[in-house]
Amino acid sequence: MSANAVPLDSAAPLEPPVPTKKPVKTTGLHIGEAEPGCAKVDPILVVDNVRRTFGGLTAVDVAHVEVPRGAITALIGPNGAGKTTLFNLLTGFDKPDDGKWTFDGRSLAGVPAYRVARMGQIRTFQLTKALGLLTVMDNMLLGAKGQTGENMFRALMPFLWRNQEEENRAKAIDLLTRFKLDTKKDDYAASLSGGQRKLLEMARALMSDPTLVMLDEPMAGVNPALTQSLLDHILNLKSQGMTVLFVEHDMHMVRHIADWVIVMAEGKVVAEGDPHEVMKNPAVIDAYLGSHHDEDIGEDLNTETENVSAIKELLDDER
Amino acid sequence: MDWGAIFNNAAVELISPTTAAYALAALGLAVHFGYTGLLNFGQAGFMALGAYGYAISILTFGFPVWGAFLVGVGASVVFALILGIPTLRLRADYLAIVTIAAAEIVRLLFTTNTFASVTGSANGLSGYKNEFAALNPLADGTYGFGPFTNNAYDTWLRIVAWSIVILAALLVWQIMRSPWGRVIKGIREDEDAVRALGKNVYAYKMQSLIFGGVLGTIAGMIFALPRAVVPSNYQTTLTFFIYAILLLGGAATVLGPIIGSMIFWVLLSFFSGFIARAVEAGWLPFMTAIQGGQLRFILVGVAIMLIVIFRPQGIFGNKKELAFVR
Repeated sequence: MSANAVPLDSAAPLEPPVPTKKPVKTTGLHIGEAEPGCAKVDPILVVDNVRRTFGGLTAVDVAHVEVPRGAITALIGPNGAGKTTLFNLLTGFDKPDDGKWTFDGRSLAGVPAYRVARMGQIRTFQLTKALGLLTVMDNMLLGAKGQTGENMFRALMPFLWRNQEEENRAKAIDLLTRFKLDTKKDDYAASLSGGQRKLLEMARALMSDPTLVMLDEPMAGVNPALTQSLLDHILNLKSQGMTVLFVEHDMHMVRHIADWVIVMAEGKVVAEGDPHEVMKNPAVIDAYLGSHHDEDIGEDLNTETENVSAIKELLDDER
Repeated sequence: MDWGAIFNNAAVELISPTTAAYALAALGLAVHFGYTGLLNFGQAGFMALGAYGYAISILTFGFPVWGAFLVGVGASVVFALILGIPTLRLRADYLAIVTIAAAEIVRLLFTTNTFASVTGSANGLSGYKNEFAALNPLADGTYGFGPFTNNAYDTWLRIVAWSIVILAALLVWQIMRSPWGRVIKGIREDEDAVRALGKNVYAYKMQSLIFGGVLGTIAGMIFALPRAVVPSNYQTTLTFFIYAILLLGGAATVLGPIIGSMIFWVLLSFFSGFIARAVEAGWLPFMTAIQGGQLRFILVGVAIMLIVIFRPQGIFGNKKELAFVR
């Protein structure tokens, strides 16, 4: 923990969960100043002028942002900043009013969600979507790509897909062992705890060998013990060559594992940078605490009391 | 009271073609509702298309049996596409509304006088059985034993009907334990999660709608063969009976719809025989024979309620699944 901690620290628990080994930070990701929309050395995801409105509310209005390849990027911002909406847009679960974005050089605008996933950009959800009445193993197998047996007619001929199924099963066992879920493989996913479901969702996403893993609040509702292993898993993704983009509220976690931080507020990208530097950025502090947080509000207090006493007098008159 | 006759009549229903037809239609609904989570309330419409497709092809166009069969199946594929294209992208409840309306539209189109020359309007169609009877390899005479004694045509019809049911059951069983079935069951649980894993959910739902619908259509043909095709047979109550059978047997099971259909028809026949004779014997002095005829549905309803209350997963359903019902 650095001594120059920003006020954001005060909201975090006293003993934050930390990964079991010291994360290796990737540096030198950007070109030029670390400012909103700055260019990256090797971007995997490039977003241009993506805008999404719900009636009169502009939920997302991102002019330009690039996500660096092979690094862990955190997307942070106060509630309602449009992080999840941006996630939905980028993964094809929602359609923007306009704008374009590319993944690995291929345009993703107008591409349906399932195709986005097939290209190797896999997401998880803020509210875990474990498929409850499927076994843990079936959940995993569902994640595998290019299955012959998923064609309706070939499904009737097991000899066409049996070998592939066995391979997928072996891979699933391997992943489940890493995520310590292998003993649960024949249980219904609904019987898992909230944290285990998060692990399952992440493991399931890995069945397809994605290049970009997008995690929507991977730590929400997970107890500290599991948080630690989740952090390790996210760091492992990077060491295996995957790119990670995640939404998170826990600043300690962001600082520990993120190589790059993108800060959103009111639908816009307001700051970018190295996790330690970006927390000091006034725009970030403003986004979280409001731009008037350091002004003296003593005078306001007085007017408040005046109002209260005026109302009290009115009430007395009524009696 | 002639208990022998009551039980005999009830036993007849065990393997009657009507039971087979309901079993097959319920199997189609198991694919829709039990496995995919599609709320199809228009199974009666699929059955009507099968029955009319078959009858009209033979009577009006003089098609052979296999041609008439294909016309029925083709009609239901088109019907499923029309239903599915606008609604499968929406939430499940919209499909329920659209299917229940579409099934009624189909029935009313067959009822209207405008097409009376082809559809027979409210009187329906009959006289299309010769082509099917001509395929009968059995010599004239009676076959079977006890309550299951039938003439050659009825035996032939039972053999064909139940062979189709068994084939369809094997087909559903095989496809639901394949990766295709896994995707389908995943869609039932949470289609967004399946979409996020790179599956074209819309296409899978469409395939499921067509598959279950075709099973319903073939059921409609089996249903039509021992009787005439009359539009009033295809009211929404038919769909609800099939749902009752499905829930009785277990929604996401293969054997459930089949055994459920047998139980349903045996019970219905038993109550019908019992009440008719009870009214005759003066046991129910407050009731006329016509009222007694309606009472059997009430009793079947009570029986099904008891099963749903005390065995909500159905006869073949997995009790464990209910522990996690959201």
